[in-house]
Amino acid sequence: MLKVGNYQFKSRLFLGTGKYPDFDIQKQAVDKSETEVLTFSVRRMNIYDPSLPNFLEKIDVNQYTFLPNTAGAKDAKEAVRIAKLAAASGRCDMVKVEIIGCDKTLLPDPIETLKATKELVAEGFTVLPYTSDDVVLAKKLQEAGAHAVMPGASPIGSGQGIINPLNLSFIIEQSSVPVIVDAGIGSPADAAYAMELGADGVLLNTAVSGANDPVKMAEAMKYAVEAGRLGYEAGRIPKKDYAVASSPEEGISIGN
Amino acid sequence: MKITVNGNGLEVQEEVKHIKGLIDFLELEGKPLIIEHNQQILQKEEHEKAVLENGDKVEIVHFVGGG
Repeated sequence: MLKVGNYQFKSRLFLGTGKYPDFDIQKQAVDKSETEVLTFSVRRMNIYDPSLPNFLEKIDVNQYTFLPNTAGAKDAKEAVRIAKLAAASGRCDMVKVEIIGCDKTLLPDPIETLKATKELVAEGFTVLPYTSDDVVLAKKLQEAGAHAVMPGASPIGSGQGIINPLNLSFIIEQSSVPVIVDAGIGSPADAAYAMELGADGVLLNTAVSGANDPVKMAEAMKYAVEAGRLGYEAGRIPKKDYAVASSPEEGISIGN
Repeated sequence: MKITVNGNGLEVQEEVKHIKGLIDFLELEGKPLIIEHNQQILQKEEHEKAVLENGDKVEIVHFVGGG
């Protein structure tokens, strides 16, 4: 079981809801992933075309925990406002703090992220900040009361996978709250690797929504996260420089 | 009465007295939406109490796909 604040989840895969080819494929992908947590963004509604469909109308909303993000916020003040808007929906008190500090890399602003985390914790939210893989910052977020920390594996949507496994390991090792690797996951191998490193969960979006077959990829990610977790719990063998035979050397009947 | 909705000017009829009336006027009733009225975030039960006045600023937002 993954515990984040007062929430408990069987699935360790959190799924984003952006950029799917269409809502039917998205719904099938969400089903196959067996995720319990869906992320969303908060945006202005097109009031002149209210007939535009919304993904929320396609799913049984009671089946999922909503994790709205504060994407679009440039500072803590905006992030807190977006979190409060999301909470006013009456559907969630969890929030993914996402404050982008650089438009090209989409890397988070560490100072504003920390500030927003403190404020939202004080407001009673369950707070999951998206952060870089900075080890000290992850610690400070935790000290600020974050209910989980969500370090990026690599830039958002880049699909580069885990480019600094050492930092992620340090973050995981020191953390007393769940570590959910968020952003940059490209393939099931990346997701499994994150879990093998000891991450408590993985949040991904483009790796599924952008795959040739998002439904199949969603299923693959489910297995990858499960396999990685089991592998972590089982404990892998140490790496050695030279071969160690797995067949017994005694009793060989061939040769002399 | 002229108000600003999602950054655009909007002329609404006199019958539109409060936020709930505005939602009905825009045919958005039943939609999963969230309202901010003059920078004040409203809970659903407050929609009928939030009186609209000329020059008011209203934000109507909702959840969209995102990671």
